[in-house]
Amino acid sequence: MIISFAFLIASVLFIVGIKLLASPKTARQGNLVAGLGMLIALFAFLPLMHGSHGGGVSLWKWILILAGIVLGLVVGAAGAYKVKMTSMPQMVALFNGAGGGAAALVAVVEFAQVTPSSSLMFVVSMLCAAMIGAVSLTGSIIAYFKLEGHFDKPVTYPAQQVLNGLLFVMSALLALAMAAGSHSMVLMVLFLVLALVLGVLMVLPIGGADMPVVISLLNSFTGLAVAADGFAIGNIAMIIAGTLVGSSGTLLTLAMCKAMNRPVTNVLFSAFGKVNGASADAAAATGSVRPVQADEAAMLLGMAARVVIVPGYGLAVAQAQHQVRQLADELAKKGVEVSYAIHPVAGRMPGHMNVLLAEADVPYDQLVEMEAINPEMDRVDVCLVIGANDVVNPAAREDKSSPIYGMPIIEAEKAGTVIVMKRSMGKGFAGIENALFLRDNCRMLFGDAKASLQELVTLVKAG
Amino acid sequence: MTADMLIFFIFVLSIFLGFELISKVPSMLHTPLMSGTNAIHGIILLGGMLALAEADGFIQHVAGFAAVVLGSANVFGGFMVTDRMLQMFKRKK
Repeated sequence: MIISFAFLIASVLFIVGIKLLASPKTARQGNLVAGLGMLIALFAFLPLMHGSHGGGVSLWKWILILAGIVLGLVVGAAGAYKVKMTSMPQMVALFNGAGGGAAALVAVVEFAQVTPSSSLMFVVSMLCAAMIGAVSLTGSIIAYFKLEGHFDKPVTYPAQQVLNGLLFVMSALLALAMAAGSHSMVLMVLFLVLALVLGVLMVLPIGGADMPVVISLLNSFTGLAVAADGFAIGNIAMIIAGTLVGSSGTLLTLAMCKAMNRPVTNVLFSAFGKVNGASADAAAATGSVRPVQADEAAMLLGMAARVVIVPGYGLAVAQAQHQVRQLADELAKKGVEVSYAIHPVAGRMPGHMNVLLAEADVPYDQLVEMEAINPEMDRVDVCLVIGANDVVNPAAREDKSSPIYGMPIIEAEKAGTVIVMKRSMGKGFAGIENALFLRDNCRMLFGDAKASLQELVTLVKAG
Repeated sequence: MTADMLIFFIFVLSIFLGFELISKVPSMLHTPLMSGTNAIHGIILLGGMLALAEADGFIQHVAGFAAVVLGSANVFGGFMVTDRMLQMFKRKK
Protein backbone atom coordinates (compact mmCIF):
# COMPACT_ATOMS: atom_id res chain seq x y z
CA MET A 1 0.00 0.00 0.00
CA ILE A 2 2.71 2.46 1.07
CA ILE A 3 4.79 1.31 -1.87
CA SER A 4 1.94 1.99 -4.29
CA PHE A 5 1.59 5.49 -2.88
CA ALA A 6 5.31 6.08 -3.28
CA PHE A 7 5.05 5.16 -6.97
CA LEU A 8 2.02 7.44 -7.30
CA ILE A 9 3.99 10.32 -5.78
CA ALA A 10 6.94 9.56 -8.08
CA SER A 11 4.63 9.62 -11.13
CA VAL A 12 3.10 12.93 -10.07
CA LEU A 13 6.60 14.38 -9.56
CA PHE A 14 7.55 13.31 -13.12
CA ILE A 15 4.48 15.10 -14.48
CA VAL A 16 5.06 18.25 -12.40
CA GLY A 17 8.75 18.14 -13.36
CA ILE A 18 8.05 18.09 -17.11
CA LYS A 19 5.48 20.86 -16.59
CA LEU A 20 8.04 23.05 -14.78
CA LEU A 21 10.61 22.36 -17.53
CA ALA A 22 8.31 24.29 -19.86
CA SER A 23 9.32 27.71 -18.52
CA PRO A 24 12.86 29.10 -18.29
CA LYS A 25 12.15 30.47 -14.81
CA THR A 26 11.23 27.09 -13.35
CA ALA A 27 13.07 24.69 -15.66
CA ARG A 28 15.87 23.92 -13.22
CA GLN A 29 13.44 23.14 -10.39
CA GLY A 30 11.50 21.00 -12.84
CA ASN A 31 14.52 18.83 -13.51
CA LEU A 32 15.21 18.51 -9.77
CA VAL A 33 11.57 17.66 -9.04
CA ALA A 34 11.70 14.87 -11.64
CA GLY A 35 15.00 13.72 -10.14
CA LEU A 36 13.40 13.56 -6.69
CA GLY A 37 10.59 11.48 -8.18
CA MET A 38 13.22 9.14 -9.58
CA LEU A 39 14.88 8.70 -6.15
CA ILE A 40 11.51 7.93 -4.55
CA ALA A 41 10.73 5.36 -7.26
CA LEU A 42 14.16 3.80 -6.81
CA PHE A 43 13.78 3.32 -3.03
CA ALA A 44 10.14 2.25 -3.29
CA PHE A 45 11.24 -0.48 -5.68
CA LEU A 46 13.71 -2.07 -3.26
CA PRO A 47 11.08 -4.02 -1.23
CA LEU A 48 9.64 -5.37 -4.51
CA MET A 49 12.92 -6.96 -5.60
CA HIS A 50 12.90 -10.71 -5.90
CA GLY A 51 15.02 -13.49 -7.33
CA SER A 52 14.08 -15.92 -10.09
CA HIS A 53 10.54 -17.38 -9.74
CA GLY A 54 9.77 -15.28 -6.68
CA GLY A 55 12.70 -16.36 -4.50
CA GLY A 56 14.78 -14.04 -2.32
CA VAL A 57 17.73 -11.99 -3.54
CA SER A 58 21.07 -13.25 -2.31
CA LEU A 59 23.62 -10.91 -0.71
CA TRP A 60 26.03 -11.39 -3.58
CA LYS A 61 23.33 -10.27 -6.03
CA TRP A 62 22.78 -7.12 -3.99
CA ILE A 63 26.50 -6.40 -4.10
CA LEU A 64 26.52 -6.94 -7.86
CA ILE A 65 23.52 -4.59 -8.26
CA LEU A 66 25.13 -1.90 -6.11
CA ALA A 67 28.41 -2.25 -8.04
CA GLY A 68 26.52 -1.83 -11.32
CA ILE A 69 24.73 1.27 -10.07
CA VAL A 70 27.95 2.86 -8.81
CA LEU A 71 29.76 2.08 -12.06
CA GLY A 72 26.93 3.62 -14.11
CA LEU A 73 26.82 6.62 -11.78
CA VAL A 74 30.55 7.28 -12.17
CA VAL A 75 30.48 6.92 -15.96
CA GLY A 76 27.30 9.01 -16.27
CA ALA A 77 28.58 11.76 -13.97
CA ALA A 78 31.93 11.92 -15.75
CA GLY A 79 30.14 12.31 -19.08
CA ALA A 80 27.66 14.85 -17.71
CA TYR A 81 30.26 17.15 -16.19
CA LYS A 82 33.01 16.83 -18.78
CA VAL A 83 31.03 17.19 -21.99
CA LYS A 84 31.39 20.50 -23.83
CA MET A 85 28.14 22.35 -24.37
CA THR A 86 28.73 22.21 -28.13
CA SER A 87 28.73 18.39 -27.92
CA MET A 88 25.43 18.24 -26.04
CA PRO A 89 23.55 16.46 -28.87
CA GLN A 90 26.14 13.67 -28.83
CA MET A 91 25.80 13.30 -25.05
CA VAL A 92 22.01 13.05 -25.25
CA ALA A 93 22.41 10.46 -28.02
CA LEU A 94 24.71 8.34 -25.85
CA PHE A 95 22.52 8.52 -22.74
CA ASN A 96 19.54 7.67 -24.89
CA GLY A 97 21.35 4.69 -26.40
CA ALA A 98 22.23 3.51 -22.88
CA GLY A 99 18.56 3.63 -21.88
CA GLY A 100 17.52 1.77 -25.03
CA GLY A 101 20.19 -0.88 -24.52
CA ALA A 102 19.12 -1.35 -20.89
CA ALA A 103 15.48 -1.71 -21.94
CA ALA A 104 16.36 -4.38 -24.52
CA LEU A 105 18.57 -6.31 -22.05
CA VAL A 106 15.87 -6.25 -19.37
CA ALA A 107 13.41 -7.63 -21.91
CA VAL A 108 15.77 -10.46 -22.87
CA VAL A 109 16.47 -11.50 -19.27
CA GLU A 110 12.76 -11.34 -18.44
CA PHE A 111 11.99 -13.40 -21.54
CA ALA A 112 14.24 -16.12 -20.15
CA GLN A 113 11.96 -16.21 -17.09
CA VAL A 114 8.87 -16.88 -19.19
CA THR A 115 6.89 -19.95 -18.10
CA PRO A 116 4.01 -21.63 -19.94
CA SER A 117 1.66 -19.86 -17.51
CA SER A 118 2.93 -16.38 -18.42
CA SER A 119 0.23 -14.15 -19.91
CA LEU A 120 0.26 -13.14 -23.56
CA MET A 121 0.53 -9.50 -22.55
CA PHE A 122 3.73 -10.27 -20.66
CA VAL A 123 5.32 -11.91 -23.71
CA VAL A 124 4.14 -9.26 -26.17
CA SER A 125 5.39 -6.42 -23.91
CA MET A 126 8.78 -8.13 -23.68
CA LEU A 127 9.01 -8.44 -27.46
CA CYS A 128 8.09 -4.79 -28.01
CA ALA A 129 10.64 -3.65 -25.42
CA ALA A 130 13.41 -5.81 -26.94
CA MET A 131 12.73 -4.62 -30.47
CA ILE A 132 12.30 -0.88 -29.77
CA GLY A 133 15.12 -0.79 -27.23
CA ALA A 134 17.56 -2.47 -29.61
CA VAL A 135 16.67 -0.15 -32.50
CA SER A 136 17.14 2.82 -30.17
CA LEU A 137 20.53 1.55 -29.00
CA THR A 138 22.20 1.07 -32.38
CA GLY A 139 20.33 4.01 -33.94
CA SER A 140 21.65 6.32 -31.20
CA ILE A 141 25.20 5.04 -31.67
CA ILE A 142 25.07 5.76 -35.42
CA ALA A 143 23.56 9.18 -34.67
CA TYR A 144 26.45 9.83 -32.27
CA PHE A 145 29.05 9.01 -34.92
CA LYS A 146 27.25 11.13 -37.51
CA LEU A 147 27.24 14.12 -35.14
CA GLU A 148 30.94 13.57 -34.49
CA GLY A 149 31.39 13.86 -38.25
CA HIS A 150 32.50 10.31 -38.99
CA PHE A 151 30.17 10.00 -41.98
CA ASP A 152 30.58 12.67 -44.65
CA LYS A 153 27.49 11.77 -46.57
CA PRO A 154 24.25 9.91 -45.94
CA VAL A 155 24.89 6.25 -46.76
CA THR A 156 22.54 5.22 -49.52
CA TYR A 157 22.29 2.17 -51.74
CA PRO A 158 19.64 0.74 -54.05
CA ALA A 159 16.53 -0.89 -52.57
CA GLN A 160 17.33 0.53 -49.13
CA GLN A 161 13.72 0.92 -48.04
CA VAL A 162 12.87 -2.51 -49.41
CA LEU A 163 15.66 -4.11 -47.35
CA ASN A 164 14.58 -2.25 -44.19
CA GLY A 165 10.99 -3.28 -44.81
CA LEU A 166 12.08 -6.87 -45.31
CA LEU A 167 14.04 -6.83 -42.05
CA PHE A 168 11.02 -5.43 -40.27
CA VAL A 169 8.71 -8.12 -41.68
CA MET A 170 11.20 -10.84 -40.66
CA SER A 171 11.34 -9.49 -37.09
CA ALA A 172 7.54 -9.30 -37.00
CA LEU A 173 7.30 -12.97 -38.09
CA LEU A 174 9.80 -14.01 -35.40
CA ALA A 175 7.81 -12.01 -32.84
CA LEU A 176 4.61 -13.77 -33.93
CA ALA A 177 6.26 -17.17 -33.51
CA MET A 178 7.43 -16.27 -30.02
CA ALA A 179 4.09 -14.76 -29.01
CA ALA A 180 2.37 -17.92 -30.25
CA GLY A 181 4.21 -19.90 -27.61
CA SER A 182 7.63 -20.78 -29.00
CA HIS A 183 9.72 -19.43 -26.11
CA SER A 184 13.07 -20.36 -27.59
CA MET A 185 16.08 -18.28 -26.63
CA VAL A 186 17.57 -18.88 -30.10
CA LEU A 187 14.62 -17.12 -31.71
CA MET A 188 14.93 -14.29 -29.19
CA VAL A 189 18.63 -13.74 -29.93
CA LEU A 190 17.95 -13.80 -33.68
CA PHE A 191 15.11 -11.31 -33.15
CA LEU A 192 17.41 -9.05 -31.16
CA VAL A 193 20.15 -9.15 -33.81
CA LEU A 194 17.63 -8.22 -36.52
CA ALA A 195 16.45 -5.26 -34.42
CA LEU A 196 20.04 -4.10 -33.83
CA VAL A 197 20.77 -4.22 -37.57
CA LEU A 198 17.51 -2.42 -38.32
CA GLY A 199 18.52 0.41 -35.97
CA VAL A 200 21.79 0.88 -37.87
CA LEU A 201 20.19 0.73 -41.31
CA MET A 202 17.40 3.14 -40.37
CA VAL A 203 19.77 5.93 -39.35
CA LEU A 204 22.57 5.41 -41.93
CA PRO A 205 20.74 7.08 -44.86
CA ILE A 206 19.74 10.16 -42.85
CA GLY A 207 21.93 13.26 -43.21
CA GLY A 208 23.95 14.69 -40.31
CA ALA A 209 21.84 17.85 -40.25
CA ASP A 210 18.77 15.79 -39.40
CA MET A 211 20.35 13.95 -36.47
CA PRO A 212 18.53 16.06 -33.83
CA VAL A 213 15.23 14.88 -35.25
CA VAL A 214 16.51 11.31 -35.17
CA ILE A 215 17.70 11.60 -31.56
CA SER A 216 14.40 13.11 -30.50
CA LEU A 217 12.57 10.25 -32.20
CA LEU A 218 14.85 7.62 -30.67
CA ASN A 219 14.34 9.31 -27.30
CA SER A 220 10.64 8.67 -27.59
CA PHE A 221 11.39 5.11 -28.79
CA THR A 222 13.37 4.42 -25.63
CA GLY A 223 10.49 5.84 -23.59
CA LEU A 224 8.10 3.40 -25.22
CA ALA A 225 10.52 0.50 -24.73
CA VAL A 226 10.72 1.38 -21.02
CA ALA A 227 6.91 1.55 -20.84
CA ALA A 228 6.71 -1.90 -22.46
CA ASP A 229 9.17 -3.23 -19.86
CA GLY A 230 6.93 -1.62 -17.24
CA PHE A 231 3.98 -3.60 -18.58
CA ALA A 232 5.95 -6.82 -18.40
CA ILE A 233 7.29 -6.21 -14.90
CA GLY A 234 3.97 -4.76 -13.75
CA ASN A 235 5.41 -1.45 -12.55
CA ILE A 236 3.05 1.48 -13.10
CA ALA A 237 5.67 4.18 -12.47
CA MET A 238 7.76 2.75 -15.33
CA ILE A 239 4.71 2.68 -17.59
CA ILE A 240 3.79 6.29 -16.83
CA ALA A 241 7.37 7.65 -17.03
CA GLY A 242 8.10 5.75 -20.26
CA THR A 243 4.84 6.74 -21.90
CA LEU A 244 5.23 10.42 -20.99
CA VAL A 245 8.66 10.41 -22.61
CA GLY A 246 7.31 8.48 -25.59
CA SER A 247 4.48 10.88 -26.36
CA SER A 248 6.32 14.10 -25.50
CA GLY A 249 9.30 12.95 -27.59
CA THR A 250 7.03 12.29 -30.54
CA LEU A 251 5.52 15.76 -30.26
CA LEU A 252 8.95 17.33 -29.96
CA THR A 253 10.08 15.46 -33.09
CA LEU A 254 7.11 16.81 -35.03
CA ALA A 255 7.79 20.35 -33.73
CA MET A 256 11.39 20.14 -35.00
CA CYS A 257 10.29 18.95 -38.42
CA LYS A 258 7.76 21.78 -38.56
CA ALA A 259 10.53 24.32 -37.84
CA MET A 260 12.38 22.99 -40.91
CA ASN A 261 9.14 22.80 -42.87
CA ARG A 262 9.65 19.15 -43.79
CA PRO A 263 7.26 16.31 -43.10
CA VAL A 264 8.73 13.78 -40.70
CA THR A 265 8.49 11.04 -43.36
CA ASN A 266 10.72 13.15 -45.62
CA VAL A 267 13.38 13.42 -42.89
CA LEU A 268 13.36 9.71 -42.12
CA PHE A 269 12.98 8.15 -45.54
CA SER A 270 14.71 10.37 -48.10
CA ALA A 271 18.37 11.26 -47.98
CA PHE A 272 18.58 15.08 -47.95
CA GLY A 273 20.47 17.20 -50.46
CA LYS A 274 19.87 14.99 -53.47
CA VAL A 275 17.12 17.30 -54.75
CA ASN A 276 17.97 19.73 -57.57
CA GLY A 277 20.90 21.56 -56.02
CA ALA A 278 21.88 22.64 -59.55
CA SER A 279 19.05 25.09 -60.10
CA ALA A 280 19.68 26.79 -56.75
CA ASP A 281 23.32 27.26 -57.76
CA ALA A 282 22.33 28.76 -61.09
CA ALA A 283 19.97 31.26 -59.49
CA ALA A 284 22.64 32.42 -57.08
CA ALA A 285 25.36 32.91 -59.67
CA THR A 286 24.44 36.52 -60.49
CA GLY A 287 25.88 39.52 -58.66
CA SER A 288 28.98 39.77 -56.52
CA VAL A 289 29.78 39.82 -52.82
CA ARG A 290 30.92 42.99 -51.06
CA PRO A 291 33.65 42.30 -48.55
CA VAL A 292 34.05 44.68 -45.61
CA GLN A 293 36.92 45.37 -43.22
CA ALA A 294 36.56 45.19 -39.46
CA ASP A 295 36.92 48.96 -38.93
CA GLU A 296 34.05 49.75 -41.27
CA ALA A 297 31.93 47.04 -39.69
CA ALA A 298 32.66 48.43 -36.23
CA MET A 299 31.61 51.88 -37.41
CA LEU A 300 28.33 50.56 -38.85
CA LEU A 301 27.60 48.78 -35.59
CA GLY A 302 28.57 51.71 -33.38
CA MET A 303 26.35 54.16 -35.27
CA ALA A 304 23.29 51.90 -35.27
CA ALA A 305 20.34 52.47 -32.97
CA ARG A 306 19.28 48.86 -33.09
CA VAL A 307 21.40 45.78 -33.77
CA VAL A 308 20.16 42.21 -34.07
CA ILE A 309 22.67 39.38 -33.81
CA VAL A 310 21.85 36.10 -35.59
CA PRO A 311 24.12 33.40 -34.18
CA GLY A 312 24.59 30.08 -35.93
CA TYR A 313 26.49 26.89 -35.29
CA GLY A 314 29.64 28.43 -36.82
CA LEU A 315 29.75 30.70 -33.77
CA ALA A 316 29.77 27.72 -31.47
CA VAL A 317 32.41 25.92 -33.50
CA ALA A 318 34.67 28.98 -33.18
CA GLN A 319 33.90 29.00 -29.42
CA ALA A 320 33.20 32.70 -29.76
CA GLN A 321 30.08 33.02 -27.57
CA HIS A 322 31.97 35.07 -24.97
CA GLN A 323 33.31 37.49 -27.60
CA VAL A 324 29.76 37.99 -28.90
CA ARG A 325 28.58 38.87 -25.41
CA GLN A 326 31.47 41.33 -25.00
CA LEU A 327 30.60 42.99 -28.29
CA ALA A 328 26.94 43.22 -27.23
CA ASP A 329 27.99 44.71 -23.88
CA GLU A 330 30.24 47.31 -25.55
CA LEU A 331 27.48 48.28 -27.99
CA ALA A 332 24.96 48.52 -25.14
CA LYS A 333 27.33 50.93 -23.34
CA LYS A 334 27.14 53.17 -26.42
CA GLY A 335 23.36 53.15 -26.23
CA VAL A 336 22.79 50.63 -29.01
CA GLU A 337 19.82 48.35 -28.45
CA VAL A 338 21.10 44.80 -28.93
CA SER A 339 19.12 41.58 -29.13
CA TYR A 340 19.74 38.07 -30.43
CA ALA A 341 17.45 36.41 -32.96
CA ILE A 342 17.36 32.67 -32.45
CA HIS A 343 16.12 30.37 -35.18
CA PRO A 344 14.30 27.31 -33.79
CA VAL A 345 16.87 24.98 -35.34
CA ALA A 346 19.97 27.16 -34.80
CA GLY A 347 22.85 25.03 -33.55
CA ARG A 348 22.63 21.28 -33.81
CA MET A 349 19.45 20.79 -31.79
CA PRO A 350 16.40 22.99 -31.26
CA GLY A 351 17.28 25.26 -28.36
CA HIS A 352 20.97 24.34 -28.58
CA MET A 353 21.98 27.94 -29.34
CA ASN A 354 20.13 29.16 -26.25
CA VAL A 355 22.18 26.79 -24.12
CA LEU A 356 25.43 27.90 -25.76
CA LEU A 357 24.64 31.59 -25.23
CA ALA A 358 23.49 30.94 -21.67
CA GLU A 359 26.90 29.37 -21.08
CA ALA A 360 28.44 32.74 -22.05
CA ASP A 361 26.16 34.52 -19.53
CA VAL A 362 23.87 36.07 -22.13
CA PRO A 363 20.62 36.80 -20.25
CA TYR A 364 17.81 34.78 -21.82
CA ASP A 365 15.46 37.77 -22.05
CA GLN A 366 17.73 39.23 -24.76
CA LEU A 367 17.06 36.16 -26.90
CA VAL A 368 14.18 36.75 -29.30
CA GLU A 369 12.44 33.97 -31.20
CA MET A 370 12.16 34.08 -34.98
CA GLU A 371 8.41 34.83 -35.07
CA ALA A 372 8.89 37.84 -32.77
CA ILE A 373 11.85 39.41 -34.60
CA ASN A 374 10.73 39.09 -38.25
CA PRO A 375 7.95 41.75 -38.16
CA GLU A 376 10.46 44.21 -36.62
CA MET A 377 13.35 43.42 -38.95
CA ASP A 378 12.77 46.42 -41.26
CA ARG A 379 13.30 48.75 -38.28
CA VAL A 380 16.65 47.16 -37.47
CA ASP A 381 19.72 49.12 -38.57
CA VAL A 382 22.32 46.38 -38.59
CA CYS A 383 21.79 42.64 -38.60
CA LEU A 384 24.98 40.79 -37.67
CA VAL A 385 24.93 37.20 -38.90
CA ILE A 386 27.63 35.08 -37.27
CA GLY A 387 28.28 31.60 -38.57
CA ALA A 388 24.69 31.13 -39.69
CA ASN A 389 23.76 30.38 -43.27
CA ASP A 390 20.68 28.33 -44.14
CA VAL A 391 18.48 29.97 -41.47
CA VAL A 392 18.89 33.39 -43.16
CA ASN A 393 18.78 32.17 -46.77
CA PRO A 394 16.06 34.11 -48.62
CA ALA A 395 15.80 31.22 -51.11
CA ALA A 396 13.59 29.58 -48.49
CA ARG A 397 10.99 32.26 -49.26
CA GLU A 398 11.68 33.08 -52.89
CA ASP A 399 13.16 30.14 -54.78
CA LYS A 400 10.65 27.35 -55.25
CA SER A 401 13.33 25.02 -56.61
CA SER A 402 15.48 25.31 -53.49
CA PRO A 403 15.58 22.26 -51.23
CA ILE A 404 14.91 24.49 -48.23
CA TYR A 405 11.99 26.28 -49.90
CA GLY A 406 9.24 26.84 -47.34
CA MET A 407 11.48 26.63 -44.28
CA PRO A 408 10.74 29.60 -42.03
CA ILE A 409 13.81 31.86 -41.87
CA ILE A 410 15.01 34.91 -39.99
CA GLU A 411 14.44 37.68 -42.53
CA ALA A 412 17.87 39.28 -42.12
CA GLU A 413 17.77 40.81 -45.62
CA LYS A 414 15.10 43.28 -44.45
CA ALA A 415 17.49 45.04 -42.07
CA GLY A 416 19.18 48.29 -43.14
CA THR A 417 22.56 46.63 -43.41
CA VAL A 418 23.45 42.98 -43.05
CA ILE A 419 26.95 42.06 -41.93
CA VAL A 420 27.73 38.40 -42.43
CA MET A 421 30.73 36.98 -40.57
CA LYS A 422 31.98 33.90 -42.33
CA ARG A 423 35.15 31.93 -42.63
CA SER A 424 34.86 31.65 -46.42
CA MET A 425 32.24 31.48 -49.15
CA GLY A 426 31.47 27.86 -48.23
CA LYS A 427 27.96 26.49 -48.22
CA GLY A 428 25.77 25.87 -45.22
CA PHE A 429 24.80 22.55 -43.66
CA ALA A 430 22.15 22.02 -46.31
CA GLY A 431 24.88 22.40 -48.98
CA ILE A 432 23.23 25.17 -51.02
CA GLU A 433 24.15 28.69 -52.12
CA ASN A 434 22.88 31.71 -50.21
CA ALA A 435 21.51 34.62 -52.26
CA LEU A 436 21.59 36.87 -49.19
CA PHE A 437 25.36 37.29 -49.59
CA LEU A 438 24.83 38.92 -52.99
CA ARG A 439 22.28 41.51 -51.87
CA ASP A 440 23.12 45.24 -52.13
CA ASN A 441 22.72 45.78 -48.38
CA CYS A 442 24.92 42.82 -47.44
CA ARG A 443 28.58 43.10 -46.40
CA MET A 444 30.81 40.09 -45.86
CA LEU A 445 33.35 40.11 -43.04
CA PHE A 446 35.61 37.15 -43.78
CA GLY A 447 37.77 35.42 -41.21
CA ASP A 448 37.66 33.39 -38.03
CA ALA A 449 34.59 34.45 -36.03
CA LYS A 450 36.47 34.59 -32.75
CA ALA A 451 39.33 36.74 -34.05
CA SER A 452 37.01 39.04 -36.00
CA LEU A 453 34.74 39.53 -33.00
CA GLN A 454 37.72 40.29 -30.79
CA GLU A 455 38.81 42.93 -33.27
CA LEU A 456 35.30 44.41 -33.37
CA VAL A 457 35.18 44.59 -29.58
CA THR A 458 38.45 46.54 -29.50
CA LEU A 459 37.40 48.84 -32.32
CA VAL A 460 33.96 49.58 -30.86
CA LYS A 461 35.54 50.24 -27.48
CA ALA A 462 38.05 52.66 -29.00
CA GLY A 463 35.59 54.33 -31.40
CA MET B 1 -12.54 -4.31 -15.31
CA THR B 2 -9.41 -6.45 -15.02
CA ALA B 3 -6.12 -5.13 -13.63
CA ASP B 4 -4.51 -5.47 -17.08
CA MET B 5 -7.24 -3.33 -18.59
CA LEU B 6 -6.80 -0.71 -15.88
CA ILE B 7 -3.08 -0.51 -16.62
CA PHE B 8 -3.89 -0.11 -20.30
CA PHE B 9 -6.17 2.84 -19.42
CA ILE B 10 -3.30 4.49 -17.55
CA PHE B 11 -1.04 3.93 -20.56
CA VAL B 12 -3.44 5.59 -23.01
CA LEU B 13 -4.17 8.52 -20.69
CA SER B 14 -0.42 9.03 -20.18
CA ILE B 15 0.04 9.38 -23.94
CA PHE B 16 -2.39 12.30 -24.01
CA LEU B 17 -0.92 13.80 -20.86
CA GLY B 18 2.54 13.75 -22.51
CA PHE B 19 1.21 15.62 -25.55
CA GLU B 20 -0.47 18.24 -23.34
CA LEU B 21 2.62 18.80 -21.18
CA ILE B 22 4.92 19.42 -24.13
CA SER B 23 2.75 21.44 -26.48
CA LYS B 24 3.44 24.66 -24.55
CA VAL B 25 7.24 24.51 -24.30
CA PRO B 26 9.13 27.37 -26.06
CA SER B 27 11.73 26.20 -28.57
CA MET B 28 14.53 27.76 -26.48
CA LEU B 29 13.99 24.97 -23.95
CA HIS B 30 13.81 22.08 -26.41
CA THR B 31 17.36 20.91 -25.77
CA PRO B 32 17.07 20.78 -21.95
CA LEU B 33 13.64 19.21 -22.39
CA MET B 34 14.98 16.47 -24.63
CA SER B 35 17.76 15.88 -22.14
CA GLY B 36 15.40 15.98 -19.15
CA THR B 37 12.89 13.52 -20.58
CA ASN B 38 15.86 11.40 -21.62
CA ALA B 39 16.78 11.21 -17.92
CA ILE B 40 13.23 10.24 -16.96
CA HIS B 41 13.30 7.11 -19.11
CA GLY B 42 16.34 6.18 -17.02
CA ILE B 43 13.70 4.64 -14.71
CA ILE B 44 14.62 1.52 -16.70
CA LEU B 45 17.25 1.15 -13.94
CA LEU B 46 14.48 -0.45 -11.84
CA GLY B 47 13.94 -3.04 -14.56
CA GLY B 48 17.67 -3.63 -14.78
CA MET B 49 17.92 -4.22 -11.03
CA LEU B 50 15.08 -6.74 -11.16
CA ALA B 51 16.57 -8.45 -14.21
CA LEU B 52 19.93 -8.87 -12.47
CA ALA B 53 18.22 -10.14 -9.30
CA GLU B 54 16.33 -12.73 -11.34
CA ALA B 55 19.30 -13.66 -13.52
CA ASP B 56 20.14 -17.33 -13.82
CA GLY B 57 23.44 -18.49 -15.30
CA PHE B 58 26.41 -16.53 -16.58
CA ILE B 59 24.96 -14.92 -19.71
CA GLN B 60 21.88 -13.62 -17.92
CA HIS B 61 24.11 -12.23 -15.17
CA VAL B 62 26.18 -10.36 -17.74
CA ALA B 63 23.04 -9.03 -19.47
CA GLY B 64 21.47 -8.00 -16.17
CA PHE B 65 24.64 -6.32 -14.96
CA ALA B 66 25.00 -4.42 -18.25
CA ALA B 67 21.37 -3.32 -17.97
CA VAL B 68 22.02 -1.94 -14.45
CA VAL B 69 25.15 -0.06 -15.56
CA LEU B 70 23.48 1.40 -18.67
CA GLY B 71 20.30 2.32 -16.78
CA SER B 72 22.29 3.93 -13.98
CA ALA B 73 24.39 5.95 -16.45
CA ASN B 74 21.21 7.03 -18.25
CA VAL B 75 19.37 8.17 -15.13
CA PHE B 76 22.17 9.83 -13.13
CA GLY B 77 24.06 11.27 -16.10
CA GLY B 78 20.81 12.49 -17.65
CA PHE B 79 19.66 14.47 -14.62
CA MET B 80 23.15 15.86 -13.98
CA VAL B 81 23.74 17.08 -17.52
CA THR B 82 20.27 18.65 -17.67
CA ASP B 83 20.93 20.48 -14.41
CA ARG B 84 24.30 21.64 -15.71
CA MET B 85 22.59 23.14 -18.75
CA LEU B 86 19.73 24.76 -16.86
CA GLN B 87 21.83 26.39 -14.18
CA MET B 88 23.27 28.60 -16.93
CA PHE B 89 19.89 30.07 -17.90
CA LYS B 90 19.88 33.43 -16.15
CA ARG B 91 17.84 36.58 -16.42
CA LYS B 92 19.40 40.01 -16.81
CA LYS B 93 20.75 41.14 -13.44
